[in-house]
Amino acid sequence: MKALAPYLKSEDLPLFWCAGCGNGIILASILRTFSALELAPKDIVVSTGIGCWGKADDYLKTNSIHGTHGRALPFATGIKAANDDLTVLALMGDGDCATIGGNHFLHAARRNIDVTAIVSNNFNYGMTGGQYSATTPPHSYTSTSVYGNPEGVFDLCEVGQAAGATFVARGTVYHANQLEPLITDAVRHRGFSLVEVFSSCPVYFGRYNERPSPVEMMKYWQSRAVPVQRYRKMDEDSRADRVPIGVFHRDDRPDFNTRYRDIRARARERMEGRG
Amino acid sequence: MPSTRERRFMQGNEAVLEGALAAGSRFFAGYPITPSSEIAQAASVRLPALGGTYLQMEDELASMAAVVGAALAGEKSFTATSGPGVSLMQENLGVAIMAEVPCVVVDVQRSGPSTGLATKPAQADTMQARWGSHGDHSAIVLAPSSVQECFDLTVRAFNLAEQYRHPVYLLSDEIVGHMRESVTLPEADEVDIITRRKPDVDPADYRPHDWESDGVTPPLAPFGSEYIYHANSSMHDDTGFPNADPENARRVISHLHDKIEKAVDDIADYELVGPEDPDVIIVTYGCTARTAEQLVLDQPVNGCRVSLLVMRSLWPFPDAAFAEIRAGGIPVVVAEMNLGQMVREVSRVMGPDYPCHSLTKSNGIPISPREMAAFIEEEVL
Repeated sequence: MKALAPYLKSEDLPLFWCAGCGNGIILASILRTFSALELAPKDIVVSTGIGCWGKADDYLKTNSIHGTHGRALPFATGIKAANDDLTVLALMGDGDCATIGGNHFLHAARRNIDVTAIVSNNFNYGMTGGQYSATTPPHSYTSTSVYGNPEGVFDLCEVGQAAGATFVARGTVYHANQLEPLITDAVRHRGFSLVEVFSSCPVYFGRYNERPSPVEMMKYWQSRAVPVQRYRKMDEDSRADRVPIGVFHRDDRPDFNTRYRDIRARARERMEGRG
Repeated sequence: MPSTRERRFMQGNEAVLEGALAAGSRFFAGYPITPSSEIAQAASVRLPALGGTYLQMEDELASMAAVVGAALAGEKSFTATSGPGVSLMQENLGVAIMAEVPCVVVDVQRSGPSTGLATKPAQADTMQARWGSHGDHSAIVLAPSSVQECFDLTVRAFNLAEQYRHPVYLLSDEIVGHMRESVTLPEADEVDIITRRKPDVDPADYRPHDWESDGVTPPLAPFGSEYIYHANSSMHDDTGFPNADPENARRVISHLHDKIEKAVDDIADYELVGPEDPDVIIVTYGCTARTAEQLVLDQPVNGCRVSLLVMRSLWPFPDAAFAEIRAGGIPVVVAEMNLGQMVREVSRVMGPDYPCHSLTKSNGIPISPREMAAFIEEEVL
């Protein structure tokens, strides 16, 4: 706790999130990453979206921009493109990242901007009363899908990787000890990195979907999550109802700022050539 | 020192970019749209050579967000777009208003609504620029009517943005943006630039929205400095952290509004062109001010002397500009390429019984001097 003090606005505790919400676990993991990497709070910018997880910056003693729903990544992109020395994180929920901000997510990944996206995926819009989002599983029940969700889902990790993210990982709030190393690797990674965290929302998602208590939500991830190395060796039948966790993908394609430095050099040469 | 100045022939959109560079901007984020694209293109060529950044974002929502982000990182940042893009930018323009982030939005207006006549001029974003973003707020909007003004007013837009920590519109239009004229580009040391002030208090005491203790605009620290802070689109107090207390909300909303409205005398920029004792005054701005100039040259028009009140700042609305006209009882014609947006404001200031005539046109074709003369003959005389 002491090591986290430079980053945590502890005077504002307890967290305002509901009992059993996974956001506190994710937030603590992020703080541990800051501490593990010995980052100075002044060098960190956290860009948050809107929703329960979008309130995370309220507890941070780093710089932050609390912007608009779904736009955490473009704010972060502007910041990182303007000052490469900053460590920039975008904290988004599934509504922010997968739904209203889906386009920005695709393009941040494609652009490979050196920003770390930490997505708290609780499979519904908690802040507005538990409506379905682009990650709500088909047929599950929410306050706007009382007859079952008619829509399909995005697998954010698959979408992110397909779009060009150069670091893609997933964890769950049950596997709390694995989160900090995943987030630390993601922040260290040069390029667009995604850490999707399957979170728990007993109050809105769980109670409509047979997991109304925090313990049941935790047990769900305990029983479903499988390390990705093992998952990849499983046959299709055994994969049913299982979700892979761990680091799915990383590559060293140059990030936007590195490429743009070359553009600046080329532009300068061209201008000087003109005299 | 006029001899050191550079005289060049260029397009209005190019002059906007020259103005942005002269103002010290090194960051552009945008999305291509007719008739503003020349600004983005010129930015993509010039900025990297100057060590700056051209970011082509995935849409205008993202463009405006990136502009705000870059401004928070210490850049003088801007974007250029047209009406449809401005519609999308309203969301994050609101963030710039609420978090008091200086930046510039260039709107090269085209005919609407919706996709409209994409290559034709209009002045129909006059009210969008004032009221487009939701919630109570004010607006600073400048409107160039020449290529020279594209340069000069862009510099001023950046200065006003810094001075009031507010997003500032440069409301150009297709005609002014694509018009080519000679301009005088001043030497760098001849351009008055407002540089962003850095805080000098103890970092623990820094309050990003501390207007009262300072008296003038509180300095906005760049992210990464010793001054750590939160920029917040939610209702916040002077620390930047959320504060939902009704008295705080009242104070913040009033402040965001009043800091602009009460500065109207400082921001206002208008000019009476033509005889000082006219029989009729045409109130106009942007491209329409250029066609109206012909009437001043053609005096007398149908036997009457015509002057123009050319508005270079539209918002906050310069009521004082009309006080003298009102005292003289001279009939006014408000000429604009829309169905009558600015005339509402002029009528409000002049009062219900004042001879205030509305000359509008909204078909993508400029209002010609002949149409203006005919209107004066039929409606005013």
